[in-house]
Amino acid sequence: MLVSLKWLSQYVDFSNLAPAELAEKITRSGIEVDAVIDRSQGMTNVVVGHVVSKEKHPEADKLNICQVDVGEESLQQIICGAPNVDAGQKVIVARPGAHLPGGIKIKKAKLRGQESNGMICSLQELGIEGRLVPKAYAEGIYVLPEDSVPGTDALELLGLRDTVLELGLTANRSDAMSMLGVAYEVAAILGTDVKLPESTYIASNEKAADVLQLEVQDTTVNPLYAAKVIKNIKVAESPLWLQHYLMAGGIRPHNNVVDITNYILLEYGQPLHAFDYDQLGTGKIVTRPAQAGEKMTTLDDVERTLQPHNYLITNGEVAEAVAGVMGGAKSEVSDATTTVVIESAYFAGPSVRRTSKDLGLRSDSSARFEKGVDPNRVLLAAERAAGLLAELAGGEVLEGTVLVDELDKTPKRVVVSPDFINGRLGMKISLEDMIAILNRLQFGVEAANGLLIVDVPTRRGDITIEEDIVEEIARLYGYDEIPMTLPASGEQVGGLTPYQAKRRIVRNVMEGAGLYQAVTYSLTSAAAAQKFALQKEETTKLLMPMSEEHSTLRQSLLPHLIDAVSHNVARQVNDVALYEIGSVFLGKTAEELPHEEEHLALVLTGRWTDNAWQGEKKAVDFFVAKGIVEALFSKLGLTAGVSYEKAVVDGLHPGRTAHILLNGEVIGLIGQLHPAEQKKSDLKETYVVEMKLAAILTAEVEELVYKAVPRFPSITRDIALELERTTPAGEIEAIIRKAGTKLLKNVKVFDVYQGEKVAADKKSVAFSLTYFDAERTLTDEEVVAAHNKVLKALAEAGAEVR
Amino acid sequence: MEQQLNQLKEEVLKKIEEAANLKALNEVRVAYLGKKGPITDLLKGMGKLSAEERPKMGALVNAVREHVTAELEAKAANLEDQAIQAQLEQESIDVTLPGAAIKAGNRHPLTRVIEEIEDLFISMGYEIAEGPEVEKDYYNFEALNLPKDHPARDMQDTFYISEEILLRTQTSPVQARTMEAKEGAAVRIICPGKVFRRDSDDATHSHQFMQIEGLVVGENICMSDLKGTLDVLTKKMFGADREIRLRPSFFPFTEPSVEVDVSCFKCGGTGCNVCKQTGWIEILGSGMVHPNVLEMAGYDSKKVSGFAFGIGVERIAMLKYGVDDIRHFYTNDVRFLSQFERAEG
Repeated sequence: MLVSLKWLSQYVDFSNLAPAELAEKITRSGIEVDAVIDRSQGMTNVVVGHVVSKEKHPEADKLNICQVDVGEESLQQIICGAPNVDAGQKVIVARPGAHLPGGIKIKKAKLRGQESNGMICSLQELGIEGRLVPKAYAEGIYVLPEDSVPGTDALELLGLRDTVLELGLTANRSDAMSMLGVAYEVAAILGTDVKLPESTYIASNEKAADVLQLEVQDTTVNPLYAAKVIKNIKVAESPLWLQHYLMAGGIRPHNNVVDITNYILLEYGQPLHAFDYDQLGTGKIVTRPAQAGEKMTTLDDVERTLQPHNYLITNGEVAEAVAGVMGGAKSEVSDATTTVVIESAYFAGPSVRRTSKDLGLRSDSSARFEKGVDPNRVLLAAERAAGLLAELAGGEVLEGTVLVDELDKTPKRVVVSPDFINGRLGMKISLEDMIAILNRLQFGVEAANGLLIVDVPTRRGDITIEEDIVEEIARLYGYDEIPMTLPASGEQVGGLTPYQAKRRIVRNVMEGAGLYQAVTYSLTSAAAAQKFALQKEETTKLLMPMSEEHSTLRQSLLPHLIDAVSHNVARQVNDVALYEIGSVFLGKTAEELPHEEEHLALVLTGRWTDNAWQGEKKAVDFFVAKGIVEALFSKLGLTAGVSYEKAVVDGLHPGRTAHILLNGEVIGLIGQLHPAEQKKSDLKETYVVEMKLAAILTAEVEELVYKAVPRFPSITRDIALELERTTPAGEIEAIIRKAGTKLLKNVKVFDVYQGEKVAADKKSVAFSLTYFDAERTLTDEEVVAAHNKVLKALAEAGAEVR
Repeated sequence: MEQQLNQLKEEVLKKIEEAANLKALNEVRVAYLGKKGPITDLLKGMGKLSAEERPKMGALVNAVREHVTAELEAKAANLEDQAIQAQLEQESIDVTLPGAAIKAGNRHPLTRVIEEIEDLFISMGYEIAEGPEVEKDYYNFEALNLPKDHPARDMQDTFYISEEILLRTQTSPVQARTMEAKEGAAVRIICPGKVFRRDSDDATHSHQFMQIEGLVVGENICMSDLKGTLDVLTKKMFGADREIRLRPSFFPFTEPSVEVDVSCFKCGGTGCNVCKQTGWIEILGSGMVHPNVLEMAGYDSKKVSGFAFGIGVERIAMLKYGVDDIRHFYTNDVRFLSQFERAEG
């Protein structure tokens, strides 16, 4: 909503405040002022001129030499290129030395050898948006009324010595979509009165009801329809003040009839429509739902196809307007119009909202109806229109209003106790202060039995419950006055759930291992949604994606994370280690919410350690990735239940990929990106891990209980085994652990060799076994006995000791 | 004999001085003080002396022997010292060379902001509540006083999965779910999470972003509690000197509703480019929970009340760290992420 302060000052007195001060007060008490716009934009030296004569420029076809009276003794020669300039016109002249918007400074100049002492201006040159300039002057200079006085300030005449406040209205404050609504707000803030406009005219003897019949077919959608008939209209340009108030309010002037309806739209917030009575042709208005497939051409010359939930104004035969949204071309007011029907009606918000959405047509009118206009202004607006048409268009108002009115216009009553108000605010505002504030809002208020009985004017449709009254009182009393307290401590002890606490531990382990946390998008392309997924379920897709790239919810974190790594590598960050914790979305059926499962993913590429000057360089490999995973399990106390199995996963290196199992169940994968995938992403050797975080964090863990610190020495025995290359070391380790008695406390691989010294299909794996008894020092015999059992088991399994 | 002794002393002292290393010194010791050495010989030769001379000579020999021994020890210490010095010199390093890097990653800046806020509220007795990113229309809108044809639904453009299922546009559905689950009991929660809007990604918009909301429901919860709580929050996030102000606003799920500004942490309130010359920066929306929301969740809105607030995590991070483009948070450029390594108290 754009509010001209000049216009607003007709209804409420704020003369003791500078525009910025007023704006601040409005913002602090409820409606945000987005901008304070000085319409003069620092312009100077812009005056009224009288074009006394016009001659063609001898050297240039498109230029004219004008002699202009600017209120001085001598005429000023000004060269003008506008096609519509003519002798006899009163025009806007920017004199030499004038400043215009956009940093333009006017100087004396010579144009093709002819002196020019200034510039004859268009409205655009005075900073008015082109879309607001009346069509007649859109392509040339603006012509002022004949009675304008040369040499006087043109900005004053054009209403540009004005400030406009741009209000950012929240959905509830549609009451401020009108000058009067803003006036009530300002009056409430300042504690002053609102001066309402008056409508006076002398009605003719002829009765409106004699020339116009009205029928309303659905009083739910259209509970009030009022029509005034005005004859002998002279359609012309509106007076300057009216045109300029409209432009200040963001509406382009057309002609006096249309301008008056728009003026009242802005003044009362009540949309009006003017029909050319003769073009209606039937002397009849019937409002009704559209028939399926019914067609009409709206004012913007677009043919619309309508549905039964669209509501129409018709002449009893054909559609003349889409109710509350836009008029039709057929009965549009034109220069030839002499009799008009002014419609002032109440159309139900949801119906207008739906129709406006259907047709993709949002107008100043629909914007107001959607949110609900003031039921008590509908008839006032009709009278105001009649009065202005009589005054400004020479119209003859027929007596009476053609009316169907079933609209409830009673104020809403809200009963609230002062204690409730203070309780909600944490304040102690006195009853007197509360009443004073409600009076300033011009709400009806009465105190009885310790309660406030508030009658809310219909213009404030947003106020319906006690809490609304709390807000009105608080915002006008001032939020700065509210003290600061903290909620009384309840019985609840705050904290993280075990899951949340463990998730932070996961982050710590990842970061301790040198990984940066990444956050990527949950939405991905349909093609990438299931790539690397540990579990492939039905995917969850958007109904109307903005792009294919973000159309489907992911089932693996890896695709986006790999993209992030590529992004880095492409920018010479070659060593990248990222992790992400995020949800994947497993849709079981399309009708229910997908199952959301939190996952942890890692992607590693480039060097793992890089201590260049000391000659240490280690690239990431499978075991670096696995080491991080093991560190995590160790931190979470899950090591005992974890195992790894070689696996084949699409997109991963078939020889370098494993499933991670927790208590026998696959909960993750770890592997090298398939060389083909690496190539696609412009990556060198890259390793990935993805795990079901929820499974890890909710797994049962043994309680942490102290074990005695060893007091006796342990004894270590090494075994080197020659194994088939394909035999997993993990299997052999399991055999050793199983065979070792309770004295065997630890088994560790300390060397793996394949090469010249063993057969081509063999490898040598060396284990270090630690024997230990917490109670005493072991004897050699005991260790030998235990170790022999291990050796025997290995021999039985065919593992050959080297 | 005395003369011989003196000569011997001179000789050995010279040799000691000349000894270049411990080995040579040891040879000197063995040569002069050893069993076959001249001093032992002298002592052995004492038997030939008279009874008067014997003790005198004995004392002299012993004095020389002690003196030599002392010199030997001193020289040995000196040589050892030199050896250590030489070793130290040889082991000397260029201390300006870089240390062996310890790999250390860090939290994403958004997580960092979220955890900072979580920890603050945990200290005030809050729990952390989380909910699904894919939500029912009911929890995202209807339970929050936004029925299907509510005009305020225009305020948010929504990614729908089906008529009734959508990507949550706010973390508020977690509030609705939590209240419902509490079955009338008091609530004190913080809800962080990802949310989605139909926006084209640019410097200030992202189709996915993070919010963190707070909700307190109980008896006698009032607006001063909200104001005090937000004051604690802004001072923690932006500095102890910060002040807040409340401006009336509108959200369907709160009544009254307020937007909260914090005094500009860059200029302190005098006006600068960060606060657009106003001295204040808008940081969050909040209000008293709308009675319809309480009733829908099964509370008696006459008996209990509540406050709620919602913060854009990216906005806080952008303000706090001066980040100028929201897309940085989702590009995961290591050159960006690694800037948040430094810990703050």
